Amino acid sequence: MIRFELDPLPRRRKRVGVYLGVLALAFTLAGALFAAYGVGPLEAYGTLLEGTLGDPQGLAEVLRRTIPLLLIGSGLTLAFRVSFFNIGAEGQLLLGAAAGAAVALFLPASAVSLPLMFLAGAAAGGLWTLPAAWLRARVDVNEILTTLMLNSVAGYLVLYLVSGPWRGEQVQGFTYTDEFPGAARLPLLGDTLVHWPTLVLGVVLAVALQVLLTRTSLGYELRVVGESPRAARYAGMPIPRVVLLTGLLSGGAAGLAGVGEVAGIHYRLLDPSQISLGYGFTAIIVAWLARGHPALVLLTAPLMGLILAGGDLLKISLNMPFRVIDVFSGLMLLCLIAGESLVRYRVRWAR
Amino acid sequence: MMEEFLQALTRALSFGTPLLLASLGALVNERAGVVNLGVEGMMAVGALAAFGVASETEAPGAAVCLAMAVGALAALLHGFVTLTLRANAYVSGLALAMLGLGVAGLLGKRYEGAILFEPAPELPFTVAAGALAVVLWGFLHATRPGLVLRSVGENPAAADVLGVNVMAVRYLAVAFGGALAGLAGAFLSLAYRPAWTDGMTAGLGWIAVALVIFVGWSPLRAVLGAVFFGLLYYLQFRLQDQSQVPTELFAAMPYLLVVVVLALAGLRRTQGSAPAALGRPYHRGER
Repeated sequence: MIRFELDPLPRRRKRVGVYLGVLALAFTLAGALFAAYGVGPLEAYGTLLEGTLGDPQGLAEVLRRTIPLLLIGSGLTLAFRVSFFNIGAEGQLLLGAAAGAAVALFLPASAVSLPLMFLAGAAAGGLWTLPAAWLRARVDVNEILTTLMLNSVAGYLVLYLVSGPWRGEQVQGFTYTDEFPGAARLPLLGDTLVHWPTLVLGVVLAVALQVLLTRTSLGYELRVVGESPRAARYAGMPIPRVVLLTGLLSGGAAGLAGVGEVAGIHYRLLDPSQISLGYGFTAIIVAWLARGHPALVLLTAPLMGLILAGGDLLKISLNMPFRVIDVFSGLMLLCLIAGESLVRYRVRWAR
Repeated sequence: MMEEFLQALTRALSFGTPLLLASLGALVNERAGVVNLGVEGMMAVGALAAFGVASETEAPGAAVCLAMAVGALAALLHGFVTLTLRANAYVSGLALAMLGLGVAGLLGKRYEGAILFEPAPELPFTVAAGALAVVLWGFLHATRPGLVLRSVGENPAAADVLGVNVMAVRYLAVAFGGALAGLAGAFLSLAYRPAWTDGMTAGLGWIAVALVIFVGWSPLRAVLGAVFFGLLYYLQFRLQDQSQVPTELFAAMPYLLVVVVLALAGLRRTQGSAPAALGRPYHRGER
């Protein structure tokens, strides 16, 4: 039988070793699945790395995918810290995109168009989190189910908007809105799809949330609620309010990401599946890898950005379905949480 | 009028069958104290396994068996990570859902768009699901093993003192939940829509998980819950081409309803009927 003993102070070396080990395991298992599919694992990983890291165009693609992951990931890192498992970032992103599009399309274009779009997007993303966050904070309804269901609802809402009331006048037969005016478009880096203002926003947000967490009294409350709800209760901390606020923050961050996608890349609101490539789900791994430190998202978001860009390559070069992203995400998440237990406990073989 | 009613009922039963099968499975593992949110993923791999076997061998019996075995295996992975390694069960279930959908999408690519020339009949699945609900109700409330299972979900420490192998019961219950999710998947790809398309589970697994809470962990009420959601799906198809209301609203209805149902359950505190040790790991000598 396997026996577990609590390891009160796991060493840094053990921690790092275990995490690298489980990530290697995840990539090995994914490789085995590729082999079962009929593509050699080495060929797959070779294509993935060569087309992303070994190519300027590929690097730009990685960076472009990193932008929404940075924003969503840093918000989710905070939410996970208080055990608010917000799985609804995908829907919150869509709502942000829709709110941004509303500002771009229906308000007069001006110098403040873009800031207004981001504000509206953050508000919409945050508000879309409200039902789930409130239910969790007040009546303890599991937020994984509610946020996930609201993703589907958000998808249908955007679909309704682009095929109904917001459908463009100049588009024929297509389901999307008219193009945004110039003042509502983000500048790009050279001839890439990197909308750098959103990238800057993401970096600033990751750092700001790190500061919030470690240097403010709200951050202190957040850490106590996350680590020991019981201690927080004895200290008289408003636990529901902290959970609610964190939930809204994470939704707002996802809303910002949605604005970035429509204002930086598409210049219009369109079919939900084209706005987001599952950024909301991939960001869960980004946040889990960051282990509660929003600033670490600066490292983990590019890693998952690489995997997303790599998924595109595998699809185009090796004719693999984009679902490989789900294989990576599922395996990485499973291996990571398993690794967490291996860090927290000493494993002993006993009779 | 009567004809219309009968048609509605038949369609509702057909929609409700995979929901009922999957939620009965989830109900059993939750009564033993284990949460598994990965139903959607287990259903997807089950559906693919069944379709693969049926299209290669034309043996529906073998297809169903393999789907259940694959579902159970996927569930045991969740069991290992949460029961033995004690990882967070909610996150593990989420990861299992992603992994299952990913694996089914990847390995199912070769069957994408293929159809089954001899679809399995729906009725045996529906009858089996209904019968199973009754049998499970009897099992849980009138037999000793059923009592043991419930005790493991309510108070594992007490069960342990009485000589119950808590870990073994929980592993068995998780495997059972996975097998039924796999069976629900087999119904989808063999009978309901005898074909393979990526993402054909279409969120049914998540609704099944919510249904367990909705029906207060009762197998008999699960039948009513499944028929209710089945009717909703039927209405969605029935009304979408003849009303002024946007079709997207009907399509979003089941998901919205799940949120409303969970909210009502929370507000009315029916979650009080949840197994007391639900989602809590148990290890002897630790609290």
